[in-house]
Amino acid sequence: MTPDPGPATAPAAPALDAPRAAARRAAARPAWRDAIGRWLPHLVLWPPLLVSVVHVLGFTGYTTWMSFTASTLMPDYEWVGLRNYTAVLNSRNWQIATDNLLIYGAGFVVLTTALGLLLAVLIDQRVRGENLFRTIYLYPMAVSFVVTGTVWAWLLNPSIGIQRLVRSMGWGGFRFDWLVDREMAIYTIVIAGAWQASGFAMALFLAGIRSVDADLYKAAQVDGAGPWRIYRRVVLPAIWPIFIAVLVILLQYTIKTFDLVRALTGGGPGIATQLPALVVYDLMFQRGLLGRGSAAAVMMLLSLLLVLVPYFGFMRWRRHREARHG
Amino acid sequence: MSALRIARLRKRFGAQEVLKGIDLEIGSGEFLVLVGPSGCGKSTLLNVIAGLEKAGEGTVEIGGRVVNDVAPKDRDIAMVFQSYALYPTMTVRQNITFGMECRRVPRPQQEEALARVARLLQIEALLNRKPSQLSGGQRQRVAMGRALVRDPMLFLFDEPLSNLDAKLRVEMRMEIKQLHRRIGATMVYVTHDQIEAMTMATRIAVMHQGEVQQFADPETIYNRPATLFVARFMGAPPMNTVAARLTGGAEGLAAIIGAGRPDEIRLPVPEELAARAGPFRDREVVLGIRPECIAEADRRFGADARHSVPIEAPVEMTEPTGAETIVLMRLGGEALLGRVSPDIRLPVGAPARFALDTRKLCLFDPATERLIA
Repeated sequence: MTPDPGPATAPAAPALDAPRAAARRAAARPAWRDAIGRWLPHLVLWPPLLVSVVHVLGFTGYTTWMSFTASTLMPDYEWVGLRNYTAVLNSRNWQIATDNLLIYGAGFVVLTTALGLLLAVLIDQRVRGENLFRTIYLYPMAVSFVVTGTVWAWLLNPSIGIQRLVRSMGWGGFRFDWLVDREMAIYTIVIAGAWQASGFAMALFLAGIRSVDADLYKAAQVDGAGPWRIYRRVVLPAIWPIFIAVLVILLQYTIKTFDLVRALTGGGPGIATQLPALVVYDLMFQRGLLGRGSAAAVMMLLSLLLVLVPYFGFMRWRRHREARHG
Repeated sequence: MSALRIARLRKRFGAQEVLKGIDLEIGSGEFLVLVGPSGCGKSTLLNVIAGLEKAGEGTVEIGGRVVNDVAPKDRDIAMVFQSYALYPTMTVRQNITFGMECRRVPRPQQEEALARVARLLQIEALLNRKPSQLSGGQRQRVAMGRALVRDPMLFLFDEPLSNLDAKLRVEMRMEIKQLHRRIGATMVYVTHDQIEAMTMATRIAVMHQGEVQQFADPETIYNRPATLFVARFMGAPPMNTVAARLTGGAEGLAAIIGAGRPDEIRLPVPEELAARAGPFRDREVVLGIRPECIAEADRRFGADARHSVPIEAPVEMTEPTGAETIVLMRLGGEALLGRVSPDIRLPVGAPARFALDTRKLCLFDPATERLIA
């Protein structure tokens, strides 16, 4: 059955006036301005896009390819299959790094979230000088990880830092030497990382708490809920998407951690605080094993995708749901 | 015993004084409506009654007990909010029982109260839904349920209907009124809608700029507004307020609109008002007259024919609403609104004859804007 063209074309006729009017206006402008107008978007859009594609996708692809080759100090295009992966997975260095990643990841995410939440709730009490406190708490975020790592390396160093300070105040037997303790050194990274990132978590949580309808607090007050119960039952459940966002940001932060450890413990004592990113660096640039380093890097990328892909799926699902509920 | 008594209540936010000495008192079972334009302090007053804002000066008594320093939860109140303020992550059931949970009411009693309220508001089918799965009207019901589930001394409503569409608003208005009659509770209701105030209240407090302009029953508020503000705020279309001159002749006191003009109108002031209006003889006053007191020429107001004064005025515009036609006319140089029967055709621009009801004339002092008589 063919559609009747009559009614379809008739309403379109008035709409034709608009482009015609635009054309008339355009005719009044000089031709060079038109040319710029046409080319400017391309000029602005293409170069960054090209650079991004080459750097992000291109080099990711290249690294992935490298990870399947016998490259050592220089690229070598002999295909070796999964040999680099099995070698890395079986190395003690990598096993320690992944174990550490689990300890550090769990400790860092939990501690940072807890501290950030606590700070946000404290600041939410309408304290005087709120802006000042917010800035102070956020400040570590503005400091580079290397600085954080160096400062905490001094603080945690038993012979010049906290331990010495407390001992000099009279507690002669005080011990705080995690930094040089093989078992505990990984927790110093948790502490320094949480110090750096909890202000950021606070900012996100505070924004969430402040966006909760003020009437909800009033209703809960009239219902007889105390401050603790209001937060636990009403406010914090209402901002659960913020928890997901904080969790994802901190997790991807964890997986990529490099400079903090580099500056704080350098991976030591021994290889006690080794993390995947340090292993990649070690393999690629210190031992000259490009193939294995690439394999380790690709595995890091895969673990990042494990965090991010579900998150994007979750975001899509939420947008979809919001669109439906209006 | 009065259910709510407010005495000399003052409240300021910084330099801004938002409540300037409020005095109100209502008995048990009354329906008090606080009405006024936005920014008049009515919501602040409600929050002070609820204990969500501290009183600056003065006292708030609920059920004979001074509650200035009592926390909201111990004031024996329940509140319904404009945004409904339903807890978004809880189901309807949890929303309603949350208050009882906080007060450690035993489970079986909670269930009983929940069932009673759900039946009363017909929300039994919604108990397991989340607020995001409810329509505006259903949310409104749940918010009411949360308040009704406790049996408080005082119900507080903060503009609960202003987020509903017009049709639903009228329905819920009736329902709240019926509910009030059925459970006999004392209610304080804040609104900016003068129709809600008129239809629901047993007593109205009209507020403006932090002061109670008038505190009376709806009939008095409507017929004898204490100030020009009340006269112009209550009623739609509002009361006509025009400059007039009081003169006294042998036949009694009269108000003249457009004195000295060829089309001046002379309205006899009823005897009941004349005594109080005496001091204003030969002075300027503001004359208030409700639009429904100006009708088609053959309308008779009351038994006494003297109260229906025939007038003639040019018609400037007509607004047929279906049930009646609103007429803008020019009387002694002033624009006035009248309400005539819908089956009367009034050609615009031509003079027409009307009847004017003088029984409900109001006279205001132009200096103080207060009612004289």
